Amino acid sequence: MDTIKLTIDNRAVEVPKGTTILKAAEQMGIKIPTLCNFELEGLALKNHPGGCRICVVEVAGRRNLAPACITECMQDMVVKTNSPRAINARKTVLELMLSDHPNDCLQCPKNGKCELQSLAADMGIREIPYKGEQSEYPIELSPSIVRDANKCIMCRRCESVCHEYQSVGAIGAVERGFPAVVAPAFGKNLIETNCVFCGQCIAVCPVGALSEVDHTGKVLRDIANPDVKTAVQVAPAVRVALGEEFGMPAGSIVTGKIAAALKAIGFDYVFDTDWSADLTIMEEGTEAIGRFKAFLSGDKNVKIPIMTSCCPAWVNFYEKFYPELREYPSTAKSPQGMFGATVKTYFADKIGIPREKLISVSVMPCVAKKYECEREELGANGNPDVDYSITTRELARLIKMCNIDFNNLPEAKFDSPLGESTGAAVIFGVTGGVMEAALRTAAEILTGQTLPKVDFEEVRGLEGVREATIPIPGVIDLKVAVVYGLKNARMIMEQIKAGNCPYHFVEVMACPGGCIDGAGQPFHHGDASIIRARHAAIYKADRDMPLRKSHENPEIISIYKEFYGEPGSEKAHHLLHTHYFDKKKQFDLEK
Amino acid sequence: MCGPKIKISEANYLKIKEICASFNNNPGELINVLHKTQEHFGYLPEEVQQVVADCLGIPVGKVYGVVSFYSFFTMKPKGKYAISVCLGTACYVKGAEKILDALKSELKISEGGVTDDGKFSLDVLRCVGACGLAPVMTINGKTYGRLVPEQVKSILAEYAD
Repeated sequence: MDTIKLTIDNRAVEVPKGTTILKAAEQMGIKIPTLCNFELEGLALKNHPGGCRICVVEVAGRRNLAPACITECMQDMVVKTNSPRAINARKTVLELMLSDHPNDCLQCPKNGKCELQSLAADMGIREIPYKGEQSEYPIELSPSIVRDANKCIMCRRCESVCHEYQSVGAIGAVERGFPAVVAPAFGKNLIETNCVFCGQCIAVCPVGALSEVDHTGKVLRDIANPDVKTAVQVAPAVRVALGEEFGMPAGSIVTGKIAAALKAIGFDYVFDTDWSADLTIMEEGTEAIGRFKAFLSGDKNVKIPIMTSCCPAWVNFYEKFYPELREYPSTAKSPQGMFGATVKTYFADKIGIPREKLISVSVMPCVAKKYECEREELGANGNPDVDYSITTRELARLIKMCNIDFNNLPEAKFDSPLGESTGAAVIFGVTGGVMEAALRTAAEILTGQTLPKVDFEEVRGLEGVREATIPIPGVIDLKVAVVYGLKNARMIMEQIKAGNCPYHFVEVMACPGGCIDGAGQPFHHGDASIIRARHAAIYKADRDMPLRKSHENPEIISIYKEFYGEPGSEKAHHLLHTHYFDKKKQFDLEK
Repeated sequence: MCGPKIKISEANYLKIKEICASFNNNPGELINVLHKTQEHFGYLPEEVQQVVADCLGIPVGKVYGVVSFYSFFTMKPKGKYAISVCLGTACYVKGAEKILDALKSELKISEGGVTDDGKFSLDVLRCVGACGLAPVMTINGKTYGRLVPEQVKSILAEYAD
């Protein structure tokens, strides 16, 4: 490989040809500040427009300053990253940005986690010498996402993630010059666009221009209300990320502390979405087995591949982009949905209160779940199965508001009867997890034999598209694919449309690495090692569970005995399955 | 429940499809497609952009991004007589702004506007390549040069119909 020798800040360095000054400096432990530049390494998420000019450095012999993020190293280059000229230019760029940025850090949802704020602190900004026009955009609300375009600094990370990574394109740069901003077309609200509410725009936004709809106030109000009972569920991926909000290293598993914190906040019943993840496997697995059997018996009408349907952004995606293929995904509700439907029927009956008096709340790594809660079909008589969903970040804020010393909190257990779970459930939080959990159960049911090994390493990993052939002895060599990122999901949908999709079973999650990097998780600021640590933690949590297969969960066995009958029963269909809609834009042609 | 319905006449829909097809529905030809489409319709309303996006297989946000970026593209219908005042450097130093002001007060509209009767629209542009005639304006492509504000009234009168 060709290498290049250069000098950065008076130190010699040798780097492969094509390396940018930013990367070369990074290797030497020199941290050049950046703002628009963003990359989640190894997870296909990046934005390198070279637009903000915060990373400018001085290159000897070059007339103007060079943006380090997009300037390649050249032989014998002499770079100064901290010359007075570079620092001065950087400061000016920052001051200009701040001159059209609301000075409301104290009320900002990004307060303390804002990259612009920390940059201003690092650069020692004490005044903004430029006074000029201020943007005045209305703050826009949607079921999941709050958009405050006044805070937009035009880094266009959100646009990259929405267009390139998700292939959705709901927001993009509009207008030119001062009025230029990232927004939906025609000044519309996100709800009127193709937005699938994955929220990855929030996950990458360096400032507070994009944030989640905050329901922490609702939680406190409902907990204080003596006329209602509150039941909460916690998704798998939350337990490997929440600790970061309290200074713990990434990948800390805080399941017991979460249960304890939720009880301390005052929820009457503290349950686990992992329980309903096991339930999802029973329903989705049964549906999958049914389809495989029909397929093997030569049924030409059966929809193969069966696709997972847990990810609410993915559901929105196929309803908006591929409604004609909406019979491929499983009809099984998401674990959040199954939990909601069970808690508002079986459990409300058990404690003898009407469903309206039981407030069901979920803690999710996700903002699309907020949208899912508002789906009319996921409720009864106008009363939702899950009243509202809060993110991992919102839970952290609640814990802080409630004066709970999370780090020293003794662990507690989830309540019964919707709290017991298996290792198959916790892996729902990563890409490949739903597939593996389904395989553990489906393989045993199809063969009637106990699996010698429950680990399906073939479907694990952090590549955006993975495929494997899983032999189910005597039944089928199951061809499976696991994808994350909706651009990859689109590729599978196009294969199905073209009639050349080679798979029997496909898992889709919208976010990088699955729910572990959901848009409701603590901000990673582009540090992929955080995602890898959460990924490893999920599999550790799985290994540490005494039970690893959903169909062995005693509380799942008992709910079927007591309430649902058997997987796929009429009652299960009524409460645990759903249907999808055609939400694609249509042209109404007038003669 | 169904997706958003976009109303458009069948004839217009087919015309846009035809324009896009003439560029092989290639998304790289977006700007050329928009030029042709605006040439045909006079402007690019939302429903037209939606069809273009559909034909080229790109998000409508991308189309709108381009339409809102370039001042040549417009989402408002132009007047029967489209006036463009050049504000390029040469015209500007020769007093183009005074011509623009005279037009504004005569027509009682601002730049980018259309008179209530739909007769005149007023836009500004940068250089028509006739700097020797500065200051310059065009009405439906016809060029008027070496203008002074006092001429504005009589020129508009030419379009009395």
